[in-house]
Amino acid sequence: MLLKNQTCLITGASRGIGLAISTLFAQNGARVILTGRDNTRLNDVITTLPVFSLPHLSFTLDVTREAEIVQLFKHLHSENIYINCLVNNAGIMEDSTLQMVKPELIHRIYGTNVFGPIMASQYALKSLIKHRGGSIINLSSIIGTNGNSGQSIYGSSKSAIIGFTKSLSKELAPLNIRVNAIAPGFIDTDMTKGMNPRFYEKNLNAIGMKRIGTPLDVARVALFLASDLSEYVTGQTIGVDGGMII
Amino acid sequence: MENIEKLKNAFKESLGVDDSIIVDTLAYQSIPEWDSISHMVLISQIEEAFDITIETEDVIDLSSFAKAREIVSKYGIQC
Repeated sequence: MLLKNQTCLITGASRGIGLAISTLFAQNGARVILTGRDNTRLNDVITTLPVFSLPHLSFTLDVTREAEIVQLFKHLHSENIYINCLVNNAGIMEDSTLQMVKPELIHRIYGTNVFGPIMASQYALKSLIKHRGGSIINLSSIIGTNGNSGQSIYGSSKSAIIGFTKSLSKELAPLNIRVNAIAPGFIDTDMTKGMNPRFYEKNLNAIGMKRIGTPLDVARVALFLASDLSEYVTGQTIGVDGGMII
Repeated sequence: MENIEKLKNAFKESLGVDDSIIVDTLAYQSIPEWDSISHMVLISQIEEAFDITIETEDVIDLSSFAKAREIVSKYGIQC
C-alpha cells in the first residue's frame, strides 16, 4: 500500500494512461479524484476501483478552462479535501507539418498540454503546501525529449512541460514538494490504436524491447513518483519507452 | 480569537517572526523571513485561518500586512 491515506488528483483519468494511473493508485490505497471531460465515463471507472479509505470522487474538467480548474479546487477546499499528489495527465496529440499548422491547432494543443498543467499545478499548490509536501507528476512524451517530424507543435508542448517541471521543482523543493515528469514512448492507447498500420509498424521497430508499451508500464513509474519511494527525487524526467530510438 | 489576531497568527506561523514586527508597514521582502517561499506558506495559512480561497490576483497583490487586512476584507473578513 504505497499510497495509503493519500489523496491523488488525476486529469484525463477516464482512459488510457490516466485510467491505468487511477487504477494503480487506488489499488495502492489512495483516494483518487478523477477528472476528465466525460463524467459518465469517469463514474463508470469509479465503480471499478477498490476503496480502502474515503470514497473516490469524479469531476468534469476541461483543463483548457481556467474557471473550471478554479471551481474544482475551490470546491475541494470547501469540503476540506486537500490533495497530496497531482498527476497532470490530460493531453492531446495532433500531427501536422509546420506549414500546414493553423493558429487554432497551436492554441488547442498548448491549451491542453501546457496551460492546463500549469494552472492545475498553481491551484493544487495550496493543498500541497498545507501538507508541507507532496508530488506533482507531469506527463511529457518521448517526442518532447527527442522531437519528431510532423510533431513540432505537439513536441514543443511536451518539451515545455519538461521546462516547467525543472523550474517548478527548484521553486518548490524548499517546501518538500516534488515535481517530476514522465516521458512515455509508444504506448498502447486509443491514440495509437487508430494509427496508420505502416506508421504503427515503423514505431514498433524503433523500440529496443520490440513491444509496444502498456499504460500500466507508465502507471508504475507514476506510482513510484507519487510515493515516498521517490522522496529524494525531483526535477527529473523519466522515460518509459522500452529503449525506443527516434 | 479576533480576526486581527488570526491574521497576525498566520504571519507569525508562516514567517516565523515575533509579534512585535507584525505591523501595517511590514512589507513583502522587507525582512529575510518574508521571501517568495514563505509567501506561499503565508497565503495557505491565511486561507486556512479564515476558510477562504484567495484569488491569484490577490496573492500577487498581498505585499504588506496592511494590504493583507484589506484583501481579507474583500472576502468578508473584517480586521
